[in-house]
Amino acid sequence: MSEHIAAISDIAAKYDNDPNRLLDILIDVQAQERCVTDDVTRQLAQQVGLSWADIHQTVSFYHFLSETPRGEYTIYLNNGPVAIMQGYEEVAAAFSEAAGCSIDSVTEDGRIGLFVTADIGMGDQEIAALINRVVFTCLTPEKARALVKDMQEGLSVQDMARKHREYGDGNNSLPAIHSMVRNNIQKAGPVCLGPYEVGVALRKCATQSPEDILSQIKASKLRGRGGAGFPTAMKWEFCAKAQGPERCVVANADEGEPGTFKDRVLLTERAELLFEGMAICAYAVGATTGSLYLRGEYTYLREYLEQVLEQMRADNLLGKDIAGKAGFDFDIRVQLGAGSYVCGEESALLESAEGKRGEPRNRPPFPAQSGYRAMPTVIDNVETLASAAQIIDKGADWFSNMGTEESTGTKVLSISGDCDRPGIYEVEFGITIGELLDMAGARDPQAVQVGGPSGHCLNADARDTMISFEGCSSAGAIIIIGKQHDLLAIIDNFMEFFTDESCGSCGPCRSGTWMLRNTLRRIRQGQGTREDLTSMRQLSEVMKKTTKCGLGHTAPHPILNTMDNFPHLYEALIPEQSDIRVFDLEASIKAANAAVGRTSASKETREKEEEQL
Amino acid sequence: MSETIETSSETITLTIDGQEIQAKTGQTILQAACENGIYIPTLCALHADKENGLKSDIAPGTCRICTVRVNGRTMAACTTPVAQDYIVENDTEELNDLRKTIVELLFVEGNHFCPSCEKSGSCDLQALAYRYQMLSPRFRYAFSSREVNAESPKLLFDRNRCILCRRCVLAITTEDGKQLFGFTKRGDKSGIIMDEELVKNISEEQAQQAMHICPVGAIIRKEKGFDTPFGQRKYDHNPIGSETVCTTCNGEKS
Ligand SMILES: Cc1cc2nc3c(=O)[nH]c(=O)nc-3n(C[C@H](O)[C@H](O)[C@H](O)COP(=O)(O)O)c2cc1C
Ligand code: SF4
Ligand code: SF4
Ligand code: SF4
Ligand code: FES
Repeated sequence: MSEHIAAISDIAAKYDNDPNRLLDILIDVQAQERCVTDDVTRQLAQQVGLSWADIHQTVSFYHFLSETPRGEYTIYLNNGPVAIMQGYEEVAAAFSEAAGCSIDSVTEDGRIGLFVTADIGMGDQEIAALINRVVFTCLTPEKARALVKDMQEGLSVQDMARKHREYGDGNNSLPAIHSMVRNNIQKAGPVCLGPYEVGVALRKCATQSPEDILSQIKASKLRGRGGAGFPTAMKWEFCAKAQGPERCVVANADEGEPGTFKDRVLLTERAELLFEGMAICAYAVGATTGSLYLRGEYTYLREYLEQVLEQMRADNLLGKDIAGKAGFDFDIRVQLGAGSYVCGEESALLESAEGKRGEPRNRPPFPAQSGYRAMPTVIDNVETLASAAQIIDKGADWFSNMGTEESTGTKVLSISGDCDRPGIYEVEFGITIGELLDMAGARDPQAVQVGGPSGHCLNADARDTMISFEGCSSAGAIIIIGKQHDLLAIIDNFMEFFTDESCGSCGPCRSGTWMLRNTLRRIRQGQGTREDLTSMRQLSEVMKKTTKCGLGHTAPHPILNTMDNFPHLYEALIPEQSDIRVFDLEASIKAANAAVGRTSASKETREKEEEQL
Repeated sequence: MSETIETSSETITLTIDGQEIQAKTGQTILQAACENGIYIPTLCALHADKENGLKSDIAPGTCRICTVRVNGRTMAACTTPVAQDYIVENDTEELNDLRKTIVELLFVEGNHFCPSCEKSGSCDLQALAYRYQMLSPRFRYAFSSREVNAESPKLLFDRNRCILCRRCVLAITTEDGKQLFGFTKRGDKSGIIMDEELVKNISEEQAQQAMHICPVGAIIRKEKGFDTPFGQRKYDHNPIGSETVCTTCNGEKS
């Protein structure tokens, strides 16, 4: 027991007992102990100087942390939208049957834990799962059974992976990654996946003034790739002007939107470009601290990313006096997440990086004023920062000549679902949905989900719709949904996702999400009324107007979009005249009596009784 | 999450529902409205006063009932700082309808049986339901199963009535700053947990304070029930928001 206490103590000490590093501590404890028990929470509270309740709040928030053991081998099978279209149910059943435990439980001997998790960023190689942080792709029921056998025989997860499938292409086969994940780059564009030489952009940067850098980013009209499309130069300027002894640059690699996996490929193949972009941003705003917030699902990339950082330090591209420029000091550390979609929201990400629950902050102050540990902070998407580095190397004109007037440059899209060529496409902004469908070889599409569940659900009329900030914007996901699928089942999956991922902080989002989900389910079961449609619209309005962050604003989209673009699906499910509320007293009494085990008094006897009274 | 807003001396002007008011920079819209006798409903924000023992105002920003329109955009009044020439809409049909929906959602999310509730008559949620004339909620009940905890000799914690506002999380701490309450899980599984060890030893005064700051009947002091009879409670004669100065600051100007 005391050994055990010492082990926990060592983990906390590794992070200097710093409460700001609580998430790292908890992730390591979970990996070692397979859970974070209440006793450990009490011990850590003492050691890092927080309340028990405070630590419990954090532990209970993250999907990959748990208070009860999750098994020596923890399987997280993802039930994202593409997975459910491509056979998730069968694979889940196979795992469950072979392991002898149901989903959300651990085998009696404590060996195998079977859990589900939201999309893990492998939409182009489903069915995918994480087993002890190692990614397994292209699963089938047979493969699931084979994996369970391996676990029962005690194979290491690495050996299991090697047996299961060969290493993926590109850097995936490097020793520091050694993963079966494939890049599936179907179309490499000129910016993020184009020709690139490490260090050139950063060296160019170091010969200019921070103002010059800002003006080039401004001239390029670069806008944020993470969703909102905010002008990047404007954000950098805010931060540069904010008061503070130190500044910070954070790359957002949380990539939690189901159907998005483009940052995964950029991190695998263009890590240096991203880090250069961060350093360039740091130079422009005067930041010294950098952080890459890497979603827990991508832990398999961490060692490699650390190696790249080490190499860049050795090459004087990070650290002190970068590229020979005196006083250009900047370094980056990798911060892991632990399974939460809302942590991609910038202020929630900061909370999480400070070791707390990943809850969006009340704004103002905005991150550019007061962000990571109160430092003025720029938070940008991986793709935005990589693009910035290329702009500094190849010029603002080169960049702004691509794309459209308001959306310059390229967009890296992750296309998945019912198509012949799922994968990564770097295309110029302004490309139409129709062109994308043809490029990817869409098979009989019924709907296209652009930008993931929080984005837009388009129907067949949308072929001419442009991907751009002024048209239909996408942070990266394009999910093609074929005619063979029950679209509302997928919408149900999205609503379940939001219900689970809402941080729970604000009322209208916390209860609005499950309310919409439940109402949809009732309609799907043929028990909906026309009033339900109205009430879903009203509720959606309230959520958009009153919730604190983008999750609550966008969570109603799947419902609203399908009511608008696929009204027939709802019409078909709602019984005619459902708006007339019929109450059958006799039937209700019968049901109530049956429930409490009483024999029914008929209408006549009741009337007699009433007369006697 | 909580914000302690320091007030500086610069005075600015803004309008709320057409009425021009003065405020100090650094104040929130809620604080400014409050000082000027304009009522904006609240369930989570709480103005510090002698009775509730808070050292400074809290604004968890969780309930969203204080949503107003600021220059056309909807914002939470309790977390949005004032600025010169802001045009704020507050008591409008649209906003009151949003607020009614928020109240309805809170009713269906938990399990509220007012007639048997110790807080009835001085409950902010109930009072707001009256204010917005909620009859029967338009949404279906969740009928969620929520745990009641009566372990502590001083406190009864009834999660059925908890609206997850987080006042207790922010305000109820030990002298060395340890939280007695915490927020657990997320999404539809969210809840409030207690540090049972600490709550077991809670003092009489702190139990009273916890009950007082809880806007609903989720935290109830044991041993001393119904000390104010029905009919003489906070909202029995003066409906919420009817005072010239709002209930949040109980007439005390900061
Ligand atoms: C619920 C939610 C999830 C988000 N997830 C991500 C994400 O995974 N990656 C990302 O870059 N931005 C995400 N964002 C957007 C960020 O808040 C932020 O706008 C973005 O990181 C800014 O970078 P950009 O200007 O480069 O786009 C999310 C926003 C919300 C509301
Ligand atoms: S909108 Fe939802 S996710 Fe965002 S802060 Fe509110 S509860 Fe949390
Ligand atoms: S907490 Fe308020 S609304 Fe809930 S039952 Fe008690 S009096 Fe009614
Ligand atoms: S117990 Fe009361 S004060 Fe605490 S969160 Fe629930 S409603 Fe708010
Ligand atoms: S009072 Fe403003 S959000 Fe609750």
